[in-house]
Amino acid sequence: MDKEALILFFLSAIAIVGIGMLLSWLVAPKSKNIQKKEAYECGIPTVGSSYMQFRVGYYLFAIIFLIFDVETVFIFPWAVVMKSMGMTAFIEIIIFFGILGLGLLYAWKKNALRWD
Amino acid sequence: MNIYDFTGLTRSIHEGLSSSMSPLAVTVTEFVIIAFAFMIFFTILGLVLVYAERKICAFFQLRLGPMRVGKWGLAQTAADAVKLIFKEPMITKNADKFLFNLAPFIVIISTFMALGALPFAKGLHALDFDIGILYISAVSSIGVIGILIAGWSSDNKYSLIGAMRSGAQVVSYELSVGLSLLTIVVLAESLQFSEIIASQEAGWWIFRGHIPALIAFCVFMIAGTAETNRGPFDLAEAESELTAGFHTEYSGLKFAFFFLAEFVNMFIIAAIGATVFLGGWMPFHIGHWAGFNQIMDFIPPIVWFFGKTGFLIFLMMWFKWTFPRLRIDQLLTLEWKYLLPINLINILIMAFVVLMGWHF
Repeated sequence: MDKEALILFFLSAIAIVGIGMLLSWLVAPKSKNIQKKEAYECGIPTVGSSYMQFRVGYYLFAIIFLIFDVETVFIFPWAVVMKSMGMTAFIEIIIFFGILGLGLLYAWKKNALRWD
Repeated sequence: MNIYDFTGLTRSIHEGLSSSMSPLAVTVTEFVIIAFAFMIFFTILGLVLVYAERKICAFFQLRLGPMRVGKWGLAQTAADAVKLIFKEPMITKNADKFLFNLAPFIVIISTFMALGALPFAKGLHALDFDIGILYISAVSSIGVIGILIAGWSSDNKYSLIGAMRSGAQVVSYELSVGLSLLTIVVLAESLQFSEIIASQEAGWWIFRGHIPALIAFCVFMIAGTAETNRGPFDLAEAESELTAGFHTEYSGLKFAFFFLAEFVNMFIIAAIGATVFLGGWMPFHIGHWAGFNQIMDFIPPIVWFFGKTGFLIFLMMWFKWTFPRLRIDQLLTLEWKYLLPINLINILIMAFVVLMGWHF
């Protein structure tokens, strides 16, 4: 039941946007003008392509995020069983967080978390 | 407690339909009812929140806000929505047309699917998964792909910068949102929303969880505000430097969808906060004050849910109109050097409190 409902929500979301766009396409005015298709930047023609190089910092943070996000997924099941498992789970998570913390500390010392 | 139970209503609808139709037809009819209810709720929610934001912003700045359309400007946002439908959808010369049109779909799909998993009241709950929190954090993080696609396909440098900033910001703060929720999951022993609420019958976790729960709540509110790209973390659409960030090139209804998604995302974050920390639709009870507790029980759960959510939304709007916008380096420093270490240590403290049985 729940899995079908998931598809239902997916389709309804598509329906909302689809119906909206269709309605807008039907009633909105359409006019052709070459100036209108320019990028909205500063009034004069854009210099160079917009698909350009940008700083590597964004990638660095994305990679660090990827590592930590995978770790978070491991913490999800731990959090559910923590209370019932007691001491064993606590000691294990201290070891796990220790390794995780070392990773964060390494990135920190390597200046991967600095933006300049 | 039982006078406001919605399970009776849903069961009678189900039985009423079953008496006259085949099981398949019943399922289809129920699905259509749910879909329409959520579509209408989604739209009304967007209109109400935009109106609330404009009014609250106005009051913070000693203005009146929208006053002309309808009584106190109540019909202003509905009029704006109709206006946006009648606006010409424009697209830039070199834009990737397919991706440009795909982006609003992805953003709305992510928002709408997350909205379905929220518990509004006892028995009023469309998707009650046993992995509710994991599901919501997974689905709501798809939205950032829509933002990245929107910025990339627009063929505009402002859009690209806005989208890149938004990507770095949303993925960073997602960690803190997840970890601060897990702090409470340690106490509640479940990821399912209905069970988390049921575990708060004796009191809300923010009161019963000692100081770690309070810290987790503060971290959750900060990270939640940042995850929805709202001020003071609205770098993705910083008006004064990037015109409108990732949706600079969007006009008409496509722009409206991004706007709608932002506001509904704020509602979702506030609703998760209200459910996990403030007891969802559970009424406020004080120890042995039987009379007081009885009076609180008379307020319907749905009012409690929307009251708590509304309070958190007001808090987020208060942040936006009070604090100045952060720079990108300050933003990332705040997450990686403060919130994340605090969060990790906080979970350990919470685990220790649970282990010792010190929580109430």
